[in-house]
Amino acid sequence: MKHIISILIENESGALSRVAGLFSARGYNIESLTVAPTEDPSLSRMTLVTRGSEDIIEQITKQLNKLIDVVKLIDLADAVHIERELMMVKIKTTEQSREEIRSLASIFRGKIIDVTTTTYVVEMTGPSSKLDAFIASVDGGSIIEVVRSGPTGISRGEQGLHL
Amino acid sequence: MELNGAQIVIQSLKDEGVEYIFGYPGGAVLHLYDAIFQQDAVKHILVRHEQGATHAADGYARATGKPGVVLVTSGPGATNAVTGIATAYMDSIPMVIISGQVPSPVIGSDAFQEVDMVGITRPCVKHNFLVKDITKLAETMKKAFHVATTGRPGPVVVDVPKDITDPRITIPYKYPKKVVIRSYNPETSGDKGQIKNAVDLLLTAQKPVIYSGGGVVLGEASKELTEFAKTLGFPITNTLMGLGAYPSTDEQFIGMLGMHGTYEANMAMHESDVIIAIGARFDDRVTGKLDEFCPHAQIIHIDVDPASISKTVKVTIPIVGEVKPVLKQMMELLKDSKKKPSKKALESWWGQIDQWRAVKCMEYDRTSQLIKPQYVIEQLYQVTKGEAYITSDVGQHQMWAAQYYPFDKPRRWINSGGLGTMGFGLPAAIGVKLAFPDSEVACVTGDGSIQMCIQELSTALQYKAPVKIINLNNSYLGMVRQWQEFSYESRYSHSYMDTIPDFVKLAEAYGHVGMRINKPEEVRPALEEAFAMKDRTVFLDILTDRTENVYPMIEAGKGHHDMTLRVAPGTSTDRELA
Ligand SMILES: Cc1cc2nc3c(=O)[nH]c(=O)nc-3n(C[C@H](O)[C@H](O)[C@H](O)COP(=O)(O)OP(=O)(O)OC[C@H]3O[C@@H](n4cnc5c(N)ncnc54)[C@H](O)[C@@H]3O)c2cc1C
Ligand SMILES: Cc1ncc(C[n+]2csc(CCOP(=O)(O)OP(=O)(O)O)c2C)c(N)n1
Ligand SMILES: [Mg+2]
Repeated sequence: MKHIISILIENESGALSRVAGLFSARGYNIESLTVAPTEDPSLSRMTLVTRGSEDIIEQITKQLNKLIDVVKLIDLADAVHIERELMMVKIKTTEQSREEIRSLASIFRGKIIDVTTTTYVVEMTGPSSKLDAFIASVDGGSIIEVVRSGPTGISRGEQGLHL
Repeated sequence: MELNGAQIVIQSLKDEGVEYIFGYPGGAVLHLYDAIFQQDAVKHILVRHEQGATHAADGYARATGKPGVVLVTSGPGATNAVTGIATAYMDSIPMVIISGQVPSPVIGSDAFQEVDMVGITRPCVKHNFLVKDITKLAETMKKAFHVATTGRPGPVVVDVPKDITDPRITIPYKYPKKVVIRSYNPETSGDKGQIKNAVDLLLTAQKPVIYSGGGVVLGEASKELTEFAKTLGFPITNTLMGLGAYPSTDEQFIGMLGMHGTYEANMAMHESDVIIAIGARFDDRVTGKLDEFCPHAQIIHIDVDPASISKTVKVTIPIVGEVKPVLKQMMELLKDSKKKPSKKALESWWGQIDQWRAVKCMEYDRTSQLIKPQYVIEQLYQVTKGEAYITSDVGQHQMWAAQYYPFDKPRRWINSGGLGTMGFGLPAAIGVKLAFPDSEVACVTGDGSIQMCIQELSTALQYKAPVKIINLNNSYLGMVRQWQEFSYESRYSHSYMDTIPDFVKLAEAYGHVGMRINKPEEVRPALEEAFAMKDRTVFLDILTDRTENVYPMIEAGKGHHDMTLRVAPGTSTDRELA
């Protein structure tokens, strides 16, 4: 099953490689990884998407917690949560296809953020599955490039991941 | 106090109460060596190879419980230390390794003798630091010692660029008394509810086994473990790393378990209904085939590292905490409990165990004309009255030392279990001898292993660390040869060394005493003679039966109940190798 693990980690050089190194050394897979500083400059927040059996996920969270630089983490799959991913898609357009792409983008609540005579760039956020669905609805041959941020997530309700 | 960076490093060591630092100089650490020269509180031991420094510091740490300290230069000095760092990591040994680094401004430019030490060691340290700012140096040293010695211990590398130790730059020095790392708070006492559950389960057990390991040694909990086992009257087995944590000569001790453990220990594990694992990590050498591991047992596991729990074997009651406080709490509950372990069940369980014991899995051919390695270890035990510190290398000789020298005290058995590093034994013995100059220290080794760090014979002479080297010379990489005999139809591919040096002459060349022993009857007198030479390092080159194998054995992919025992007792095992 897919798990989104949200990590608060010391904002130190090398902290990212400790996490990445752990995954490769122990043979866990990383589907995506995003990192950015938080409102507290001494901390970074990392969102990591991985897959595995319950046992493997348990080991992954334990091993991550064991890293000295990891301050806190949660497995978002354990709680009700919201997941968002940002995607930009560059699509080759023709006279005939332009209208169709515009309406498709608006059904998916995407925005067209760049236009040339022959291309559109569509920006879209949402759960990864929605982005997948959009890609599937566009004629594959017309897609020039897809850039995805990988998901980030946040739990619902009053609980939060902080010190 | 105004100090430069080099002085800060050395002064921090003093403030940590460090006695010895094992090291080897080079360009990137010259400032540090100059600071060492100008003081004498911390004694420096100049090894002959950086691997030797790490193993010596490691041996010192295993024998004393105090962190071992290493100093190496950048580049090749640092990479030479990696094997020893990984060795300590796998066995959770507290060490602090200070490595020199090229000056900060040139880091990343492929400067002379530059390697990314932090990167190289990341997977084999508990933590590492690159010091970027002299004002953080003392605090970083404190953190390194704190991390290395608390929770699940382990090696910590502090990589120090040369400019940080520049003698021209001084700052006020104050060593922090305490250090708080917000992201690092190892659990100590264990969950009260789980401890209660564990005690309740133990009191219902019909066929219990205590399976304890290196965590008891690391956690200084030998006394508590012994009381606990005595109170319950349960059989107890130790891992290779736990030997000595419970007195091996005690009747409740059923021997080591695992691949080369006793028949009774492995059978008891297999048949047990309740197992309590104490500071042991269910290593694959212990469990054998996982699907067949302890099929009937509910398992309680005490470990300070949550990641050790349910890693390979799912347990019923996990207790995250240190052995000592957890066992103390269990003892209190046991004392207060009206319920006692079932006498009847225990009697019949011990009856069963005694039948397994009657198989006498550790018997060997005592009539042989050849020197049997097991006999040598038995004689070593007698000559040293079981009181020596025994270090070992890796191979068959290591298993025989573990099997035939019953350790009654913790920290006496010093070997590389997790990484299995050949070359560990001799430098480790030097580290132990420096820590305990008045105790006997012997290194049980093999003709292959001893050649991996033999240069440290020179260190032993320079620092007057007389150790006894018991070389069980079978002319083979015996452990490899044994596997080839069992699993590769005796195709002895590159497990025989055609030329083995004359160890007697070699020992003499290094300024020590060398002795060669060919016959069984010479073994005892030679050992006595060697140990009578208190202030000399003696190399005993003992030519043993080349064909001898380590028994009993759980072969690869088999379960505990499926051990290979040696040939029937009383029959000769002298033979030619195919
Ligand atoms: C040739 C060869 C053959 C081998 N054959 C065998 C064999 O037959 N049998 C065998 O047992 N081993 C054997 N080994 C050794 C094996 O590889 C492992 O090193 C060993 O089994 C691990 O021992 P352990 O489980 O006690 O764990 P250790 O490696 O000693 O780990 C200690 C555990 O205790 C925990 N811990 C540490 N401190 C504390 C504390 N204060 N409180 C609580 N928990 C703590 C740690 O987190 C860790 O989980 C062999 C090795 C070699 C090289
Ligand atoms: C550094 C290293 N290289 C290789 C091995 C694999 N290995 C394990 S035991 C062994 C043979 C050891 O031979 P020797 O020291 O003569 O001991 P014996 O088994 O003959 O007692 C080897 C090569 C190892 N453990 N360590
Ligand atoms: Mg050999």
